[in-house]
Amino acid sequence: MQNHPVFTDNDPQNEYSTLNLGPTHPATHGVFQNVLTLDGERIVSGVSTIGYIHRAFEKIAEHRPFYQITPLTDRLNYCSSPINNMGWHMTVEKMLGIKMPKRVDYMRIIIMELARITDHIICNGVLGVDTGAFTGFLYMMKYREDVYEIYEEICGSRLTTNIGRIGGFERNFNKIAFDKIHKFLKEFPPALKEFEALFNRNRIFVDRTRDVAAVTAEDALSYSWSGPLLRAAGVDYDVRAMEPYSSYEEFDFEVPVGSNGDVYNRFLVRNEEMWQSLRLIEQALTKLEKEPSDIFHADVPEFYLPPKEEVYNNMEALIYHFKIVMGEIDTPHTEVYHSVEGANGELGFYLVNDGGRSPYRLHFRRPSFINYQMYAPMSRGMLISDAIINMSSLNVIAGELDA
Amino acid sequence: MSKITNEELLNSIKAKFDSDVTNISEPFGLLTLETSREKIIALLTFLKTDAVLQFIYLTDITAIHYPEAEKQIGIIYHVHSLVNNIRIRVKVFVADGDVKMPTATVLWNGANWMERETYDFFGVVFEGHPDLRRVLNVDDMTVFPMRKEYPLEDPNRVDKRDYFFGR
Repeated sequence: MQNHPVFTDNDPQNEYSTLNLGPTHPATHGVFQNVLTLDGERIVSGVSTIGYIHRAFEKIAEHRPFYQITPLTDRLNYCSSPINNMGWHMTVEKMLGIKMPKRVDYMRIIIMELARITDHIICNGVLGVDTGAFTGFLYMMKYREDVYEIYEEICGSRLTTNIGRIGGFERNFNKIAFDKIHKFLKEFPPALKEFEALFNRNRIFVDRTRDVAAVTAEDALSYSWSGPLLRAAGVDYDVRAMEPYSSYEEFDFEVPVGSNGDVYNRFLVRNEEMWQSLRLIEQALTKLEKEPSDIFHADVPEFYLPPKEEVYNNMEALIYHFKIVMGEIDTPHTEVYHSVEGANGELGFYLVNDGGRSPYRLHFRRPSFINYQMYAPMSRGMLISDAIINMSSLNVIAGELDA
Repeated sequence: MSKITNEELLNSIKAKFDSDVTNISEPFGLLTLETSREKIIALLTFLKTDAVLQFIYLTDITAIHYPEAEKQIGIIYHVHSLVNNIRIRVKVFVADGDVKMPTATVLWNGANWMERETYDFFGVVFEGHPDLRRVLNVDDMTVFPMRKEYPLEDPNRVDKRDYFFGR
């Protein structure tokens, strides 16, 4: 893990300085503090302090009905909130034993893969910014905006999406949404190609990132890394492939792996994942055509909120609406762990239910929190500038870190 | 999907830890068992180092509080065998006032912050942990907020209390 020799107290140069990197520092892209002990520009040791935006979601969740927990999950990894939303819906559906129609599964895959693309756009774009190439970031930002417009068309909001419901989607995708998805699929690949051409063999970028913060597969596994970081270190663990949810088993996609886990490998793995996401969206759109076009939720009136018009005009819908909102529906006494492949790794929901209207205990296995703990140990001996790009390529999202 | 079944996994655990694993269940296909504080590290070490099982990946450590139970605090480990693609959930219950556990950082470096988080919210003292401090809450906090005796303050909503619904 040690990239460079570290001067010890016995060296003639033993004057260390202390640097407070954060909590608010433009180079950290979020609220993290690292107190670094420096020997010149080299980091001798570091201590990470986190929790600056801790909002006690796990405690709040114990007092909320299941459907009101979705907005909390939005605010975990806010760069790809639809994945969190879907992960939570699927956890509850697994607990309740709801079988989803295939069309909903495919719609979810489209949304989740779009979210993965936006997350990777930001991470790789920002990595470019931190190495001195602002162009890629600005150029790719347009396509994130395009995806946000797709979200807007489906659920009305952009960043904290609260997309979908337990049991399906709140409304069907309309024609504009499909048009925008097709437009994105047509326009984004050339841009991604250009983005890759800008970076992949760029001498400055490669020199800056290759062999920086290299991590062995053993270390990555020991630190419970997951997602693109673990795969960049050469371990092909992807929840979508290992424990397929939402019909991922029907899809044809590859799990890209890197070799030595350095910043450059992580960059390449994320880029390749965007290509794979595009493949998945295309396949999902093809599969959607064969499904009946009016199904967008499962037939579970006890858990799926009825449309408002029906609530006002239909007795059953009114009863179910009341029962869902007041939490009158019995749920099983059980515990369930469900995980999805978030943009940063394995996003797990451990839900213990006692039959009430809200969880007895809900724990989020947040990949950023677990990935970030290696940051201080692995920074030892690095240059500050390398530690900065290491942090951007870890893609630690403060909301997910602190929950 | 997984290469070994829960039954085979349970049999190999039983062969070594016969009476030390209790309360075996399989909610949603995930083998769940309970063991004692004395045996937990031996069990996790066995799971990790066994040549067939190879549970090399620590997914999560967390805790749960049952105020009515005799042993109030449960510490829950989720461990994953990437080779066999099978998960296991191990629980240990300890009594309030004696909330101590041996640390799992001897097996996985990643257990460090997971245990700090568990300490932070439930007050579980992991003995042998290299750096057991609070991780998300402020350092001078005196309580362990995820325990059930600290209700969430929500003075404005009294209309949805459980007792209105006979619960």
